[in-house]
Amino acid sequence: MFEVVATRQLSESVFETTVRAPAIAAKARAGQFLILRVDELGERIPLTFSDWSSDEGWVRFIFMRVGKTTHKLSHVGAGGFLADVVGPLGKPTVVDGLGRVAVVGGGVGAAVAYPVARAMCEAGDDVTVILGARNRGLLMLEEEFRALPLGALVICTDDGSTGRKDLVTAPLKELCAAGALDHAMAIGPAIMMKFCAATTREFAVPTTVSLNPIMVDGTGMCGACRVSVGAKTLFGCVDGPDFDGHLVDFEELMSRQRVYADVEQEAAADFESECACKTK
Amino acid sequence: MQDEVKAPQPPEDGEAATGEAGTGADRLVSAPQPVAKPRHRASRALRTPMRERDVRERARSFDEVNLGYSHDEALAEAMRCLQCANPTCIDGCPVNIDIKSFIGGIIEGDTRTGIEVLKARNALPAACGRVCPQEEQCEAACVLAKKGDPVAIGRLERYLGDLDLACDLEHRCKPEVGEATGRRVAVVGSGPAGLACAGELARLGHAATVFESLHAAGGVLIYGIPEFRLPKDIVASEIEVLVEMGVEIVTDVVIGATFTVAELMDEQGFDAVFIASGAGLPVFLGIPGENFNGVYSANEFLTRVNLMKAYDFPHHDTPVWRGRTVAVVGGGNVAMDSARTALRLGAEEVFLVYRRTEEEMPARREEVHHAREEGVEFKMLCSPAEIVGHDGWVTGLVATRMELGEPDASGRRAPMCVLDSEFRIECDTVIVALGTRANPLLTNAAPDVELSSRGYIVAGPDGETSKPGVFAGGDIVTGSATVIQAMGAGKTAARAIDTWLENRGQAARAGDVGEGA
Repeated sequence: MFEVVATRQLSESVFETTVRAPAIAAKARAGQFLILRVDELGERIPLTFSDWSSDEGWVRFIFMRVGKTTHKLSHVGAGGFLADVVGPLGKPTVVDGLGRVAVVGGGVGAAVAYPVARAMCEAGDDVTVILGARNRGLLMLEEEFRALPLGALVICTDDGSTGRKDLVTAPLKELCAAGALDHAMAIGPAIMMKFCAATTREFAVPTTVSLNPIMVDGTGMCGACRVSVGAKTLFGCVDGPDFDGHLVDFEELMSRQRVYADVEQEAAADFESECACKTK
Repeated sequence: MQDEVKAPQPPEDGEAATGEAGTGADRLVSAPQPVAKPRHRASRALRTPMRERDVRERARSFDEVNLGYSHDEALAEAMRCLQCANPTCIDGCPVNIDIKSFIGGIIEGDTRTGIEVLKARNALPAACGRVCPQEEQCEAACVLAKKGDPVAIGRLERYLGDLDLACDLEHRCKPEVGEATGRRVAVVGSGPAGLACAGELARLGHAATVFESLHAAGGVLIYGIPEFRLPKDIVASEIEVLVEMGVEIVTDVVIGATFTVAELMDEQGFDAVFIASGAGLPVFLGIPGENFNGVYSANEFLTRVNLMKAYDFPHHDTPVWRGRTVAVVGGGNVAMDSARTALRLGAEEVFLVYRRTEEEMPARREEVHHAREEGVEFKMLCSPAEIVGHDGWVTGLVATRMELGEPDASGRRAPMCVLDSEFRIECDTVIVALGTRANPLLTNAAPDVELSSRGYIVAGPDGETSKPGVFAGGDIVTGSATVIQAMGAGKTAARAIDTWLENRGQAARAGDVGEGA
């Protein structure tokens, strides 16, 4: 059992959980993920680290409440326990020697972008962060990003409630066009990463994407997370989660992410009505 | 026939005398004396059949298919045993269980001793009684097999194993644990090899800690083999006994990620490490369309259903796609398990697609028989060429007809394509059961452990690797093999580790003396 030491609600459906896991915290690096199971009946889901402290022995992740598992997870408060937390899994993001790099974080992807941008700053890269959210209320970790020694922080919202009223690809394209980028990193919904990669491809700016396919074990055993990268089939868990954005088959990824959408919706609806009954 | 029943003889020496002197096995105080040879007249009855759940009932249920022997059935079967003076069956067993004596225990009505004899050699008898390929091992070596059906050794093993598990934990047979040596051994992986090694280490007095990357212990016994062949509470109960013996099991730790092998030895104070991480990575066909939704590796399909209990969705949270028409590619036990599992999840049709014929199938006959009986349709001499789909989902499997040519290196006749023979199997699910490869996750983080060109760990006959103090066994050394072969490797390595620790201790003591002088 793994103790939850703190939780924070970042918006109506976005939550942050901090778990005591000293062995994992001691090894965690930017871009890596953990696999957790909320309880004995739970499924195994991967979540990328948003932060960790090896000194204090905790790891942190941010998630959006969408299905049954994330619903259950959002109900585990400080002092509660998660049945299982395992990691760190996947390869760390390559941060050394990237030069002028743009890190794009969309939606909850900003949570993953934060330690990545921080590690790039520590590695001496010249880092511009582009954050995208639907509106001001859904923008996350702005203060944390502002505390980093970034070259620039560009905020985009769909409705213009804060920052630019633009998609993240607009400032990304401007940087590319100005010849101001040596590398780009996109972390967020598959559709956003697809368009970021399409944007940088035009300018031949090497682009890394951090994928979030469905996983079970997270150690290479099942192959649920396979993604087509160029002519190869690779495993998200052990070969990734970072891949060359210009080679990833995003259509296939998005299709594979939806494989259980129908049944999971049913399960989530069941669970919510059950919760509603209990609270009455 | 009566002549074959030899006169009673005095008990032979215990198993400690079976050529293991010098390996530290002499400290295995718990190895029981064999049961005195029973004065019985061997029955000439036919092999006692095992009762099975009715095929109509079981094909849709995850309840166990084989129902086990009753007391009377076990006795009737045990009575067929000739209690040979020279029991060849024991040589047929990869862990050399004293089969003659445990069957003797049943004949004499002393099942307790029978269980002790069994558990002296095998920590997981209820599991092995169910899943070992006895027909190729002990039963193939049974004298009766020369003229008819061998004694059903596996079923008798299961009978005793189950009898033991039916007791409360405190009354179960726990092999005696040796005097604590103060030495700590890390075991990587809680599958058959790891568990057998840990149990043997405990008997030798070493403190064994088993690290498991998943959330539950048992390895392939819990994620791979289905409930209807090996109930998961049986596995959990057998592991419970190991824990009672002092084996520590730590789940949720990935060696190679959470800790490395070097850290286990240098920072965590383990004196030796046994790597039994299994052959993890699933092999895919490498044909177009393999990433359509509805295409599973057998590993994923079985893990979802067995470990994650997706058959009980939504009570358990993990879903699995329940196909109506399922094509399973492969001819081994894992293919049979996948096909039978698909049926139980509600498939209307399940096809087993194999490029050779039933004769060449590596699966156990019993599994092939059960699969066919339950309604799996065999499509032999078919090789998948492409998976076709629509809107991201599988709609069919295109296969080529094959014919058998000359025997290849494996001795099996090599299948060859028949020109222009492609045909299509309509299906909404494809399960690929073609075996596994070495998982590099652990070995990448242990660069000083030598690997073969295919990524398996290079280990000597006793499991020793290129790194001193690090031993390995099971599928990560041999590639996919059987449960009992892995257990044999685990036990052998435990004894080698014991010897290695002893020699190192002696060397250290000699060094101390040298320094003092």
